[in-house]
Amino acid sequence: MTDPAAFPVSRLRPSDLLRVGAANLRVRRLRVLLASLGIAIGIATVLAVVGVSSSGQADLLRRLDELGTNLLTVKAGQTLLGKDAKLPAESVAMVGRISSVYAVAATGDLTMGVYRTDRIPADQTRGISVRAAGLTLLTTVQGEVAAGRWFTAATERHPTVVLGDLAAARLGVRAPGGTVWLGGRRFTVLGVLKPVPLAPGIDRAALVGWTAARDLLGFDGHPTTLYERSTPEEVEAVRAVLPRTVNPEHPEEVTVSRPSDALAARAAASGAFTGLLLGLGAVALLVGGVGVANTMVVSVLERRGEIGLRRALGATRGHIRLQFLTESLLLSGLGGLAGLVLGAAVTSGYALAGGFPTVLPFWAVGGGLAATLVIGSLAGLYPAVRAARLSPTVALGAT
Amino acid sequence: MTTPIVCLENVVKTYPGGVCALRGVNLEIHRGELLAVVGPSGSGKSTLLHMMGALDRPTSGRVLLAGHDVAALPDRRLSGLRASLIGFVFQRFHLAAGVPALDNVADGMLYAGVPLRERRERAAAALERVGLGGRVTHRPHELSGGEQQRVAVARAVARRPLVLYADEPTGNLDSVAGAEVLDVLRDLHADGTTIVIITHEQEVAAAAGRQVRVHDGHIVADVPGGGP
Ligand SMILES: Nc1ncnc2c1ncn2[C@@H]1O[C@H](COP(=O)(O)OP(=O)(O)OP(=O)(O)O)[C@@H](O)[C@H]1O
Ligand SMILES: [Mg+2]
Repeated sequence: MTDPAAFPVSRLRPSDLLRVGAANLRVRRLRVLLASLGIAIGIATVLAVVGVSSSGQADLLRRLDELGTNLLTVKAGQTLLGKDAKLPAESVAMVGRISSVYAVAATGDLTMGVYRTDRIPADQTRGISVRAAGLTLLTTVQGEVAAGRWFTAATERHPTVVLGDLAAARLGVRAPGGTVWLGGRRFTVLGVLKPVPLAPGIDRAALVGWTAARDLLGFDGHPTTLYERSTPEEVEAVRAVLPRTVNPEHPEEVTVSRPSDALAARAAASGAFTGLLLGLGAVALLVGGVGVANTMVVSVLERRGEIGLRRALGATRGHIRLQFLTESLLLSGLGGLAGLVLGAAVTSGYALAGGFPTVLPFWAVGGGLAATLVIGSLAGLYPAVRAARLSPTVALGAT
Repeated sequence: MTTPIVCLENVVKTYPGGVCALRGVNLEIHRGELLAVVGPSGSGKSTLLHMMGALDRPTSGRVLLAGHDVAALPDRRLSGLRASLIGFVFQRFHLAAGVPALDNVADGMLYAGVPLRERRERAAAALERVGLGGRVTHRPHELSGGEQQRVAVARAVARRPLVLYADEPTGNLDSVAGAEVLDVLRDLHADGTTIVIITHEQEVAAAAGRQVRVHDGHIVADVPGGGP
C-alpha cells in the first residue's frame, strides 16, 4: 500500500469540469443574465465602434479605388510678392503633351459673384466662386451631372452656367432652365453637378464656358487650376515635371496636389474619433468584470455546503478552484459571445443602412474574446481561491 | 484477525481556539462491521468521523485508512482517499437542487474518474438498491425527506466505498422516514458494506453490531450491540 503508483487519486475529467462549471449557471438563469450583461454591453460597444469605423473606412477606400488616385491638381499659387499668380494660357496644351497624361482640363477664376436675381447686393456671394471651365473638365475630374447637361462646343459660347452641387444648393437652384444673375446679365442654368469628391472646389463654383467667359465676362484666358490624369504608374514622374511644364518661368509658384491623398488620410484618420467610445466600452467591460466577480463571491458564500460535499466526494482544492474558475469563464464568455453577436448586428445594420461593406476586423473579434477570457479569469480567481481554501469540515457544517 | 480497514492510534484533535474535541482515541474498524457511535452533543462524534473519513487531519496520533497514514498526506492525496475509499451521508442531505436523483447519485463518482455513462449506470443500480428505482428522474423537491436521504445513501454507496460513514442520517427525519433509511443501511450492511453510523437515537444504535460510546473526547465504551 506504500507504492505511490497504486495510491488512489482524485480525477475530474475535462468534460466533467465543463459540466460542473455549467451546472450552477443553468439553475440560476436570471443571475447569469444580469452578471454577464455588463460584459455583453462592453464587448458589443467595442466591436460596434471598431466595426462601424472599419466599415466606414472600407467604404472610403472603396470610393478612393473608384475615383482613382491618378488625378493631380495644379494651382497657380502666388507670386513672390504675394499676388495671385496665373498660369500661361498655353499650359493646358503643354501638360497635354506629357506622354503619360491622358486627360487635362482647366478652370480660371473670375473675380465676380453669381446671384439668384439682380436685386441681391453684390457682396452677398454666399461663398460661390465663378470659374471659366474647359470642355474636358467634367470627364477629367470624373464629375457627373445630377440634372440638365454639361457644356458642348455650342453651349459654351452662350451665357449659360453649370452649377456645382453646393453652389446650386446655395442659390436655391434645383433644376436647370432658370436663370441666375452673373456679370451684370442673366445666365441660363444649363445643368447641376453631383458632388465631385476629388475636386471639392468645383462643388462651390458656378462654371461658365471658356469662350463665353472670354467674350462676355472679360476673362483673360489664363487658367488658375489645372486638373490632369495620367497612367497610375507615372503619377509621381508627372508630378515632378508639372511645375516646370505649366509655368517654365516660375515653377516655384506652382503647387501640385493629389486630392486622393486627402481622402486616404481621412480614411486613415477615421479611427481617431472612436477613442472615446472605445473608452466607454472598456469601462463597461470593467464594470462587467466587477459584476462577474461579485456574483462569483456571493456564489461561493452561498454554496459552502456544496463545496463541502464535493470535497467529501473527493474533490481536491484544485478541482474546486477549477470549478469556480470555469464558472466565471463561462459567465463572462457567455456575456462576451452575446456582445459579439450584438456588436456584429449593430455593425452590419449600420453598414446596410449606409450602403457600406460590413467589416468586422478579426483582431477586434479575437481581442473581444480574449478580453472576456482575461476578465473571466481575473474575476473568478479570487472567489475560486477562497472556495478552494475552505476546509471541508467547515464547509459541510455551514448552513 | 484481519488487518483493520480503519485504525486510529491515540488520536488527538484540538481545534484552533483551544477546544480539544478528541483526547487520545484508539479505534479499529474491520471489514463488514456495522458500528454505531453514540454520545452526548459536543462529545466529539463528528470530529471522530472527520478523522476517520480523511476530511481533516488529527493534531497528533495516527489515522490509518486502508494502511495510508492520513496525517502525513497532502490535500491532493487525502482527496484521492475520499474519492475512492469513503462514502459519506450527512444529516443534511446535500443534494443539488433542481438536479434529478440519477444525476445527484452519478455526481458522487465525479471525482473518481468514472466515465459519465458508467456513472449513470451505476447510479441507476444504486437507486434501485435503496428502493428508488422508479424515482430516477425526480428532483429533490419532488421527494420526501426520507427519499432524499436514501438518494444521498445511494450516492455514497454507488462507487462501492471501503467504508460508509453516516453522521446522524436520521437526524432530520421523522421516525417512519428514519426507519426507512435505517432499513436501507441495514440491507447494505447485509450485502457486505462496512458502515459507521453516528446517532443520538437508541433504536438506531441498538440495530448496530457494535456500539462505541464517546464522551468528552474519549471513547468510554466499545461494546457489541443488539444488532447483527
Ligand atoms: N471547526 C471547529 N472549530 C472549533 N471547534 C469545533 C469545531 N468543530 C467542532 N468543534 C468543537 O469540538 C467539540 C466536538 O464537536 P463535534 O461536532 O465533534 O461534536 P458532536 O459529538 O458531533 O456533537 P453533536 O452531537 O452536537 O453533533 C465541540 O465542543 C465543538 O464545539
Ligand atoms: Mg455532530
